[in-house]
Amino acid sequence: MALKDITLGQFFPGSSPLHRMDPRTKLIGITLYIVALFLAVSFVSYGAMFLVLALLIRISRIPLKSIVRGLKPVVFILIFTALLNILYTPGEHVLAKFWILTITLEGVRTAFFMVVRIMMLISATFLLTYTTSPILLTDGIESLLSPLKKLHVPVHELAMMMSIALRFIPTLIEETDKIMCAQRARGADFETGSLIRRAKALIPLLVPLFISAFRRADELAVAMECRCYHGGEGRTRLRQLKYHRLDRLTIALAIAMCAAIWTLGRFGL
Amino acid sequence: MEAILETKQLSHIYSAGTPFERAALNCVDFTACRGEYLGIIGHTGSGKSTLIQHLNGLLKPTSGQVLYEGQDIWSDPKLTRQTRFNVGLVFQYPEYQLFEETVYKDIAFGPGNMGLDAKEIDRRVRQAAAFVGLRDDLLESSPFELSGGQKRRVAIAGVIAMEPKVLVLDEPTAGLDPVGVEDILGNIRDYHRAHNATIILVSHSMEEVARSVDRLVVVNDSVIPFHGTPQEVFCHGQELENMGLGVPQMTRVFNRLRAMGANVDASVYTIEQAKAAILKAKGGM
Repeated sequence: MALKDITLGQFFPGSSPLHRMDPRTKLIGITLYIVALFLAVSFVSYGAMFLVLALLIRISRIPLKSIVRGLKPVVFILIFTALLNILYTPGEHVLAKFWILTITLEGVRTAFFMVVRIMMLISATFLLTYTTSPILLTDGIESLLSPLKKLHVPVHELAMMMSIALRFIPTLIEETDKIMCAQRARGADFETGSLIRRAKALIPLLVPLFISAFRRADELAVAMECRCYHGGEGRTRLRQLKYHRLDRLTIALAIAMCAAIWTLGRFGL
Repeated sequence: MEAILETKQLSHIYSAGTPFERAALNCVDFTACRGEYLGIIGHTGSGKSTLIQHLNGLLKPTSGQVLYEGQDIWSDPKLTRQTRFNVGLVFQYPEYQLFEETVYKDIAFGPGNMGLDAKEIDRRVRQAAAFVGLRDDLLESSPFELSGGQKRRVAIAGVIAMEPKVLVLDEPTAGLDPVGVEDILGNIRDYHRAHNATIILVSHSMEEVARSVDRLVVVNDSVIPFHGTPQEVFCHGQELENMGLGVPQMTRVFNRLRAMGANVDASVYTIEQAKAAILKAKGGM
């Protein structure tokens, strides 16, 4: 079993303009891109959105293969969405009819747009996590959410929790691998049997895994306290986030993209 | 001696076909004989952990064979599973794999997976617990209430209870205090004698293996550069140093004595042997 090969929003180090951009710019950009995706209504606007995405992938120099691999886990959701839309969209142009099911041209059209929309949405977010290290990403989120501190939202604590969680994903995967090997050496069988049997077989894996996660959490808390960590109040950073010309330009372009797609929508395109 | 477990031209490559490809074993021929007490030494990343995970079929060879009693363990899925029970593997820090509510149930996990009846399981659990020196009243307590050393014993008992013909232990004494180390090594010797089992002890401590084993296998850079009795292996003092392994302190002292011109036997590795060698040298003067 190759648990180590799992990629979870994995970061690809690089030096493309997309890598060097401020994480806040990318977060704002991606949000605007998603808004634009939902404003798009026609082949023209979808085509434009697709071109933007293709251009960004090209700039990022992320291999297309990695993006396609990221789409694999959602294939089921895509098929399910497509089926629901095809079968349950009412319309005038009936293509086929049997039993209680009717397939309309409108249904096929909606299904197609829905699938394309989800695929582009996921690819775009993958582009974000592929080009931004988890630490920068949480820094960016913390900075963007910092106005909420006025409302007593524990923004720093949330960001810290997120970066710790991301940091421990590889560690826990490695740990899982180790415990799995140890239990298989005692004859545990994780691969065969009925669903209930297999769920039960996970107990010898999950109990030690939870215990070790708690132990690590405890050790980390002590280590942080030893280094005088006391929350976000008055804490300075090694890496200061700064907007550059490229960032301002990107945000302006992203807003323009949203406006353009919205205008196209007004004209029914 | 008759071989019980062998590898033939065993190679293993991690993440084959990706940019992270890394060879961990390269055409390794390894033999363990019936009833032998064997030591494997090598530093971190030498490939020794990969080698032992092949011995009970946890890892599948990229090329080459693993033979148990002359049969390729990958020739039949049933045989692969059976090998897990014939070759018991105790991982490093095995106490982290404990999961049951009571010590008894945890030790019974392995025998239970073998499909034995309740009476046989009970016999094996009690016997294994006795081997590692766990008192009967501890069997009903939670494994998580025990001390570090006791947890380690429970975990080792969990493998011993499967009564494997070959018992492989990866650094079984890591992180224990000196008394704990002696106890565990003693328990392993007891199991070795009582069942005439083959023991494979993996370690990076020369002192520890030198005292216990009949034969020593050195793993370095994905290959086995040499093996033999501890005396034979420690003759390669300089090569061992270069691999970052070193020789036991006594051997080092005697190598220095020889370098200074004293006529002593350099293959000494215990205090008793050292005493005898010095007396001999003195008598000869």
